[in-house]
Amino acid sequence: MAISRRHPAALFAVLFVALGTTGAAYAAVSTGTAPQAAATSSTQVDEGKQLFLEGCSSCHGVAAQGSSDGPSLIGVGAAAVDFQVGSGRMPLAGPAIQAVDKPPVYTEEEIASLAAYVASLGAGPAIPSDEMVDTSNADLVLGGELFRTNCSQCHNVAGRGGALSNGRWAPNLMAADPKEIYEAMITGPQNMPVFSDKTITPEEKKDIIRYIEELQKSENPGGADLGRFGPVTEGVFIFIVGLGILIVISVWIGAKAR
Amino acid sequence: MNELTSNEPIGSKDGIDVVSGLPVYPLGHHEPRRADIDPRAAKRAERQVALMFAVSALSIVGAIIAYIKVPNTTLIYVPPFGPVNANHLSVGLLFGLGIFLIGTGAIHWAKKLMPDVEVSEERHTYTSSPEDKAAFGQVIREGKEASGFGEYKLIRRTLLGAMALFPLPLIVFLRDLGPMPGTKLRETIWEKDVALVTDATYRKIRPEDIPVGGLVNAVPANLLAVEEEEGNLNQRGKASIILVRIDPANIVSQQGEGWDYQGILAYSKICTHVGCPISLYQQRTHHLLCPCHQSTFDLSDSGNVVFGPAARRMPQLPITVDAEGYLVAQSDFHEPIGPSFWERG
Repeated sequence: MAISRRHPAALFAVLFVALGTTGAAYAAVSTGTAPQAAATSSTQVDEGKQLFLEGCSSCHGVAAQGSSDGPSLIGVGAAAVDFQVGSGRMPLAGPAIQAVDKPPVYTEEEIASLAAYVASLGAGPAIPSDEMVDTSNADLVLGGELFRTNCSQCHNVAGRGGALSNGRWAPNLMAADPKEIYEAMITGPQNMPVFSDKTITPEEKKDIIRYIEELQKSENPGGADLGRFGPVTEGVFIFIVGLGILIVISVWIGAKAR
Repeated sequence: MNELTSNEPIGSKDGIDVVSGLPVYPLGHHEPRRADIDPRAAKRAERQVALMFAVSALSIVGAIIAYIKVPNTTLIYVPPFGPVNANHLSVGLLFGLGIFLIGTGAIHWAKKLMPDVEVSEERHTYTSSPEDKAAFGQVIREGKEASGFGEYKLIRRTLLGAMALFPLPLIVFLRDLGPMPGTKLRETIWEKDVALVTDATYRKIRPEDIPVGGLVNAVPANLLAVEEEEGNLNQRGKASIILVRIDPANIVSQQGEGWDYQGILAYSKICTHVGCPISLYQQRTHHLLCPCHQSTFDLSDSGNVVFGPAARRMPQLPITVDAEGYLVAQSDFHEPIGPSFWERG
């Protein structure tokens, strides 16, 4: 008769460690902040120019004309600045395939000044007003249809983001606020395409934002959502946890009684 | 202690199988369990098994009560799963425990109290007895004699001919497996002067509506009427396109002369690998990525494959504008859209 070399509880212990690690991986949740839109004035443009020369011109050029390190900002509009700097993507921490959102480096006033300066260089999309992102009367059903048609291919049907080519990715929308989403649609940050106001009207943009808000609010009555990535994470989970439990039970059934 | 706890396998005596007379496989040393030799241990095991069955019964009753009593609108926070529906959780746990304890009780019973001696059973020989074989051969021979199969040559030959022909209609019937695909795989409902409309909202598109770097998911204007008529989504599956606008200076090549309109390019949305709908368009690199198997197409360079398993480029739809300034198709696609098929060539 073979003598058991392990403590009978060892397999349970291994299983619980595996479960705990899996659980911890879903624990991190972060929230983003975005500054308020502000009125443009000539002093604001001057302040913005100053900030631009100090913080941005090394890559975007002293006249925002662009360089080998960064694109031209002429005509990108205030919305692009508010999105990129407000979400912390700009200034870049270092050369990378894609800018990462992080706590903003500039204050809300400074971002408004930068936006005013860049907007003064050439016509571009303006920062959406609070009224433009007020989704209280938006059409959730149409928003869902438009989201699945235009957004879900990259941002995932549940808005959790996804992989693109060469290490790029479409970000998770769970912490995105309505203004950020609106700005992203009209400016097309990084590799995201522009969804113009003619092909997706401002009203329809509200509908899409309403749908994303609904996704952000949605509970998981079934328990862990496993990232809402679908069969891959669910398969890995049941493969490790489910098979683990089956192995433990099989070992117990097969062990010789004393 | 009963006779089964002896070290002799069941059905054998002195190492010989009592039925077949063959030697039995020798078994290892058998160690009696505590419950075999100590009546108190046996009693304890009996109580344990009975306890499991009793708790199981209580859990099953509890599951029914929980189903009725626990509100299914309350959420309970359960780490690491997060908020979980209280009704689902309690019913699931109690019902699961009930079934689980029936299983563990049965296994515990088998392990502690049922006989635990090893048993080996020898297989018997599988061949028929010589008498049976001879009788079978006799039946066949008598049948041949009685039927006269060897005697009536004409009957034998016509029978063989009839038997050889009867499967032929089955081959003819294969045609009924469905109409031939015809031109279905090669054609879509795009044709000359069909307007491009936005998917889901079905509005016509002007060239100035699409900025450089813009993306529009579009379908033909006649799609809804065709869907109504055919009652299915097949035409949507074939005719869906994406419209992108690339600075004409950055367009390396396209599939036909003048197929764009001022840098607006229309490409099929259906991957040429296995037909996933794709619009993961990266406006900086002009790459179109398929999320299924990572096939990547360069839309600024004729939709050619730059990565992945797709074997063919993404078909381009030639477009122009009509008299009112709306984007329309110049014609259908010039090559079949979607995955390859046998007769595609």
